[in-house]
Amino acid sequence: MSTDALVIRNAVKRRGKVETVSDLSLTLNAGEIVALLGHNGAGKTTLIRMILGLTRINGGDISVFGAAPGDARARRRTAFLPEAVAFHKSLTGREQLRLFARLAGEPRGVIAPLLDRVGLSEAADRRIGTWSKGMRQRLGLAQVLLGKPRLALLDEPTSGLDPMSRHDFYAIVDELAAGGTAVLISSHALTELEARADRIAILRRGRLVADDSLTSLRRRARLPTRLMVTTASEQSGQVASRLGGAQINCRGVELICDPDGKMAHLGRIAELGGLVDDVDVIPPSLEDLYRHFATGREQT
Amino acid sequence: MIARILAIAAAEARIAIRNRWVAIASVLMLLFSLALTFAGSAPTGALGVDLLTVSVASMTTLSVYLVPLLALLLAFDAIAGDVERGGLALILTYPVSRSELLLGKFLAHVGALAVAIMLGFGMSGLAAWISGGADAASLFALLRLTLSAVALGATFLAVGYALSALARGPGAAAGLAIVVWVVFVALYDLGLLGALVFDGGGAFTQQVFPWLLIANPADAFRLFNLAGSDELALATGLSGATGAIPGWAAILSLAAWPVVAFGLARLALRRVEP
Ligand SMILES: Nc1ncnc2c1ncn2[C@@H]1O[C@H](COP(=O)(O)OP(=O)(O)OP(=O)(O)O)[C@@H](O)[C@H]1O
Ligand SMILES: [Mg+2]
Repeated sequence: MSTDALVIRNAVKRRGKVETVSDLSLTLNAGEIVALLGHNGAGKTTLIRMILGLTRINGGDISVFGAAPGDARARRRTAFLPEAVAFHKSLTGREQLRLFARLAGEPRGVIAPLLDRVGLSEAADRRIGTWSKGMRQRLGLAQVLLGKPRLALLDEPTSGLDPMSRHDFYAIVDELAAGGTAVLISSHALTELEARADRIAILRRGRLVADDSLTSLRRRARLPTRLMVTTASEQSGQVASRLGGAQINCRGVELICDPDGKMAHLGRIAELGGLVDDVDVIPPSLEDLYRHFATGREQT
Repeated sequence: MIARILAIAAAEARIAIRNRWVAIASVLMLLFSLALTFAGSAPTGALGVDLLTVSVASMTTLSVYLVPLLALLLAFDAIAGDVERGGLALILTYPVSRSELLLGKFLAHVGALAVAIMLGFGMSGLAAWISGGADAASLFALLRLTLSAVALGATFLAVGYALSALARGPGAAAGLAIVVWVVFVALYDLGLLGALVFDGGGAFTQQVFPWLLIANPADAFRLFNLAGSDELALATGLSGATGAIPGWAAILSLAAWPVVAFGLARLALRRVEP
């Protein structure tokens, strides 16, 4: 056994004739946050359900801390936040959480602090049927924290959360990861994940088309970097002609260059001295990268 | 393991109470039992000693329809509903087995059903006893009725789970539950009756029919409670061909059905992809 929390080797899932997950290999280490991206229907939820042992795997193998998916040992260490959290309407939040705690073998004392942690202390004794979607989502998050999981699988965890709750959510994720939990987050919220994920995995029609850090993906995609130059007043025309960029307005020039040419451009900009006020380097965003990989412009 | 079963049972019991199932079933059982106890005294004339004896017979007939219906109403949503809501998937990511889950639900639902049955029959017994229409024998018959009604209910709960696990959704499960109910409490007997007429007292009537009758939990329940006393058996007209059945057969059927049906439900649950 290794320190890998999750090892997926050549996993396949078939639905009838269609392969909804094909030949997929992915590894998660302890303390790592991995973003799982892909269009609707790309197979993200299917993959998570396979890791949990909720749906049978048709080929390859998955090991969760050395155990098979759905094995009691694997389940004890894994937490799951479903895509659409639906708790029983007639239970209160506290009762629902208590049920989960009892199933996980956790003492009663952990419940109140957890509810507090996700900001549900006041609503805890009302029926879940009267709760808002975001509140239910936060209860889902609370149950993820039960029993100190070593692997957390979060399926679109921030959908329905307000900006403040999202912020709180990522604070909790960071804390989990800092404690050594491997976290897999399936999401469409690219800008949120950009700064937070250690690794980005992109699914396209059941195939993993990218699995790397943001920096490496940028290098691999070779998408152009944008340099936004702010010139001294009324100098943009001159600067644009000397640098070969496009004049944006009377004080702005935009340069598009490939990743390797970036430093050379910056050097030339520095040579202009007083003509230039400021430079912003804008690397391709995760959204640009996502569009690049998930729409299949790169052949793998 | 016990702790997890009890955890599930506690939550399910709360749900059964909160969605008013327990209250509605209890009121229903109570109203019908009391009505039958006192209406039962009308044909026999005065409020005689056998008030309770007579009413046990009519309560048996009532229970054959009502108890399976209540049980199926409680059970049809138990699996299909959880699958649809996504709750089953989440629960199954916890270290709880499908057997524990099913047992927990069963425990809570049998408990809820038992409360409704005991309340209804218990109050009738009490009322009959207070009005002087009960003796030791009839109270014993009431006890038999109560216990066997719980067994009958448990059977249909488990059958309901099996349907709920096999159906494509809660709606389909509800439809299947109605079909099963009609078959067990009505069509089955009609079919047997038809076969009896066709057979005209031949080998089928003598050898096969009694066992077919006892194989249906609803009929076993009827026989068990009515065979206790001869007059009761005569009153319902069912006893004609049941002489061949030994007394233990109905008990065995009633005791075995909940176990067998639970096993079937467990098998059906295995196929469910939450
Ligand atoms: N139970 C099922 N039966 C048949 N096909 C299914 C089933 N569940 C999922 N699929 C199919 O598998 C594919 C992947 O679905 P999945 O739910 O994994 O997508 P996803 O990446 O999670 O999408 P989304 O972003 O919309 O949540 C889809 O084509 C879907 O139709
Ligand atoms: Mg999904």
